Amino acid sequence: MGINRREFIKLAGLSALLGLGGRAAFELVLPGEVDAAQKAKPALQGATRWAMVVDMRKLNDQIAAKCIQACHSIHNVPDYMHPPNPKLTLPKELQQRWEIKWIWTDQYEHAFPGFEQDYLWEKLHGMNFLLLCNHCHNPPCVRVCPTKATFQRADGIVMMDMHRCIGCRFCMAACPYGARSFNWRDPRPYIPKVNESYPTREIGVVEKCLFCNERLAQGQQPACVEASEGALTFGNLADPKSKVRELLRTHFTIRRKPQLGTNPQIYYIV
Amino acid sequence: MADYKNEFGWFAEKPTVEKKIYDRGKIIIGLVVFLVIFTIAFWKNLGKAIPPPQPSLKTPAILKLPEKERKCVEDRQFMREKHMRLLINWRDQVVRTGDRTYINSKGQKYFISLSNTCLQCHSNKSQFCDECHNYVAVVPNCWGCHSTKEQTVAKAEAK
Repeated sequence: MGINRREFIKLAGLSALLGLGGRAAFELVLPGEVDAAQKAKPALQGATRWAMVVDMRKLNDQIAAKCIQACHSIHNVPDYMHPPNPKLTLPKELQQRWEIKWIWTDQYEHAFPGFEQDYLWEKLHGMNFLLLCNHCHNPPCVRVCPTKATFQRADGIVMMDMHRCIGCRFCMAACPYGARSFNWRDPRPYIPKVNESYPTREIGVVEKCLFCNERLAQGQQPACVEASEGALTFGNLADPKSKVRELLRTHFTIRRKPQLGTNPQIYYIV
Repeated sequence: MADYKNEFGWFAEKPTVEKKIYDRGKIIIGLVVFLVIFTIAFWKNLGKAIPPPQPSLKTPAILKLPEKERKCVEDRQFMREKHMRLLINWRDQVVRTGDRTYINSKGQKYFISLSNTCLQCHSNKSQFCDECHNYVAVVPNCWGCHSTKEQTVAKAEAK
């Protein structure tokens, strides 16, 4: 037997009331934010906050290539474009799809969308910028990682724990800078010369620039900074006397996509 | 009057079921074959003694050290029993906190790095690491990333 009209209307009225008041009731019982809600994070409290300033006046394509070479050879980054063994040559499509890059160059128009204008300072037009992981202060990759394989250290380095990475590639989707690459295959055969003092990666993990944390631990500068002939400056933002702070104080700098709220920590002097 | 009931109904007396294994011969042969195959690993190694593992410490880096300084970060017994725990703790400590110093039970300080300290001395993976790992059939995947000077990958790991 169904219900009569009177009862149906009563029920519908009650349901509507519940629907309207339900959210308020939920707030009353379980106050607080939804887990996924994004909020600006308070600044890190540590005594160290690593950052880099790239002086584009001193950087040219040769120096950039040297920086890339220094980084990629130390960190065992595979080169799918130029395999060490000619038998391993890949079709063009795969060379692109599998590409792994920790530090690379791209044109101003690609690196700084939102800064374009019809009549641009002609020097900037097509200028190759040296790009790497921005070690954001509010890193979206860290927020989405389901295993905390990527996390932020107290000194601001957005670190990767390869042992924990499950290869879901959420971080790659989250990173607005394209700083992350996925190992679609075992990279070892494509590493020109394996540096035994640094681990390689396995198939199925994501990798990116780690600000040379292994070199910092031994008091050295990052490899790209050493190779850059003074174009790159690396230092501690928390120290007012540091060289990066000095540069930022005395020069106008731009950052990549600051409007996204990730607070990138690679600054470019143009 | 029927006085015995089972799931098929009432019966005058309890029905007798012949106690017999049908196809007895085939079943017994099958069981024997199964047992033999199941235990074949035991039969094959019956009476053979597998020699205990003998990890070799004769690598150039170790031999270069004077006799007295040929010591690992902890004593032999500790390293034998607990090196896996130690390495896992080191891994977490270095990657998660960035702290690369280890202070051993005697208060000596060491720089932590699998590739740069452990594997510098123990550069003979097949004669050192694999020796015990193969014996106890464990397959740690350290060498998937942390390369050794030996480029050959152990059989166990290639699986």
